[in-house]
Amino acid sequence: MRRIWIGLVFAVAVVSLAAAAGERAPAPSSPLGLPPVPFPDDNPQSDEKVALGEKLFNDKRFSSTGTVSCGTCHAAEKAFTDGPLRVSEGIRKLTGTRNAPTVVNAAYFRTLFWDGRSPSLEDQALHPFLNPVEMGLEDHQPILDIVRSDSDYAQRFQAVFGKKGNAITMREVTQAIAAFERTKVAGNSAFDRYWFENDTSALTPAQQRGFELFVNQGRCVSCHRVEQTQALFTDQRFHNVGVGINAIQDGVPALAGEFLRAKATLSEVDIKVLTDKRTSELGRFAVSRGFDDLGSFKTPTLRNVAVTAPYMHDGSLKTLRDVMIHYNNGGVTQAGDRVNDFLSGGIRPLNLTEAQIDDLVAFMEALTSPEFSRLAQGGGK
Amino acid sequence: MCLFHRSRREFLKGAGALAAVSTLPVSMVELVFADPGQNFTFAYISDSHIQHIAGKNFVRNWDRGLIRAVAETNLLNPKPDFVVFGGDLAQLGTKEELDHGAEMLARLARPYRCVMGEHDYYLDLGEYWSELFGPHHYSWDHKGVHFVTLNSILTYDDWTHKRWPTAQQRMLEMAGLDNPNGSPFMIGDAQRAWLRKDLEAVSKNTPVVVFSHSPIQKIYKGWNFWTEDAEEVQALLKPFDSVTVVYGHVHQIQYNQIDRISFHAVMATAWPWPYPETYAQAKPHMPKLTVPMNRADPFFERDATGWQLIDLDTGRVAMSYNLYNNTNRKVAYNRETGRPEDAAYQSPDKRIPPQSHY
Repeated sequence: MRRIWIGLVFAVAVVSLAAAAGERAPAPSSPLGLPPVPFPDDNPQSDEKVALGEKLFNDKRFSSTGTVSCGTCHAAEKAFTDGPLRVSEGIRKLTGTRNAPTVVNAAYFRTLFWDGRSPSLEDQALHPFLNPVEMGLEDHQPILDIVRSDSDYAQRFQAVFGKKGNAITMREVTQAIAAFERTKVAGNSAFDRYWFENDTSALTPAQQRGFELFVNQGRCVSCHRVEQTQALFTDQRFHNVGVGINAIQDGVPALAGEFLRAKATLSEVDIKVLTDKRTSELGRFAVSRGFDDLGSFKTPTLRNVAVTAPYMHDGSLKTLRDVMIHYNNGGVTQAGDRVNDFLSGGIRPLNLTEAQIDDLVAFMEALTSPEFSRLAQGGGK
Repeated sequence: MCLFHRSRREFLKGAGALAAVSTLPVSMVELVFADPGQNFTFAYISDSHIQHIAGKNFVRNWDRGLIRAVAETNLLNPKPDFVVFGGDLAQLGTKEELDHGAEMLARLARPYRCVMGEHDYYLDLGEYWSELFGPHHYSWDHKGVHFVTLNSILTYDDWTHKRWPTAQQRMLEMAGLDNPNGSPFMIGDAQRAWLRKDLEAVSKNTPVVVFSHSPIQKIYKGWNFWTEDAEEVQALLKPFDSVTVVYGHVHQIQYNQIDRISFHAVMATAWPWPYPETYAQAKPHMPKLTVPMNRADPFFERDATGWQLIDLDTGRVAMSYNLYNNTNRKVAYNRETGRPEDAAYQSPDKRIPPQSHY
């Protein structure tokens, strides 16, 4: 009975990002601008589970060198990213191929990773442990050995899951990590006050012009969705926006063919795309194997985007202004470069002026939540 | 022909793999063919309507459609034996448009052949097109199949040569839909005489595949989903055991069976047309057999356009529609019913709302 009650409370509660575990002030509803967090039926929230998840998230012993935790690349003090790194650094400074996306608001994503190869936060958490350029374990056994024998973990797993010893599996480990990640939701931005509370003073004139461009001439809202009651700033879809794949255009037939012949499992895909830059640029194709997905990557949320530079799946664009220029060019970073053959239809030259680009950047600086405003340094200019 | 029969059975056994064009059909084609030496595929791209604006500017959306189709067909493995471009490469038949389109087609990794469309023809009556792509009608044999390309978008000499003060106006009049100044397409006496002679040399059990721009059947005159002398052409094709007509122009999925002749339409890379029932100025005669294409999601600019992979392992066309951002379709000749049928949706109880909800 108590468990059900806790589940109900957490279904509508949102944990303050500033609060440490256990000190959570109950909040009556979601942050302004965000819908209720979707909690899976088989993984209800509890304070103890969240606290366990946070400990697991930051435990460096779960890497082959004892130096890397989830929090290494998703650092709380960097809005759960590893900026300004272009791509993440794992064990022994090995680098992958993709920019660490923020954990903040990942609770709302229907798929995880830039190519959506994982269906849930629970599943996602399994993979970086084993990736040779991330945490580098051969298998999950070292994690299980620690959580089963470490007395603090043993006590916590018993309290949260009622399990001990060999009954503790990666299912419980990843459920706790996911529960922690689901507390990292952040809205309440200046834009949210402007759009959802009709507070016209919340945005500067430049930001208001930027929003007008965002939904009209800039065409941003087509994928970075804003609705009447909430704004996740993502359509949860995959698009080829001309990043990454532009560099491998002539190699696509060979790369795609090799990839398909290899008939890789999703776990093998995980390793292949993070260790081979050229294969990485096939994007969602590596998961779906469909023509529509060649060079496509997931639309990220734009919440707190001003504090999560650099940008795009490969971290190749340093500032929000660079991103605007890329889109203004119709999907090429350098004007005049060859547009890739598989570019998504919605990406086209926008004919934005320099002043309009400034306004769009100003607008995106209005998407920062109060929790992260200290990280904003006059933004992405 | 027994080779074809045997491989056809193999083909049907592998029906689970039929929907696989959206992936590179590596497995599909290899699984299907009993004798890779005789069976083959080809790709079909059509109706790109490359449109010149001014200077070096062309309508970007139409450019992207053709570029993407070419790039995707280049990913096919095993490679198709050849590619056919089904007509209306240009919008208003200008040198700029044809040159620009030819430049994109030149990126095809396989040899290609072209069909004349009315948008290619009515400015200079196909003169510059011929310089780029060769004769307006022709035939050839490939691995036991006789292929014929017709120029089906001709019309009455009087309309073509005497009605219009300028070539530009002639082009624009023919480009219009529901245009009272328009004129029905036809193959014409001279070309029919050529066809009769060409087919005389072909044995009746040789599979014949005809490429035309317009449907060689009468579906809807207002949009020239129509060929005025369709019956005469059909009469020339009828004596053959296995005949298939593949046509463009309609920018939508259509298929039909008339006597021994199977008909298959192909998608455009530029834009989709609605089905003529939705705009009934006159009664359309859509083939009842056709299960319509899905209504497009307007978010995806390429939705309801596409290209085709055709395999001829039975001597009949089995057409895989590669539909961007939509569910791929496969329409293949069913030997038992003697007509082309959709692999998934043919039965009325298998239809889905997007096929009728316009």
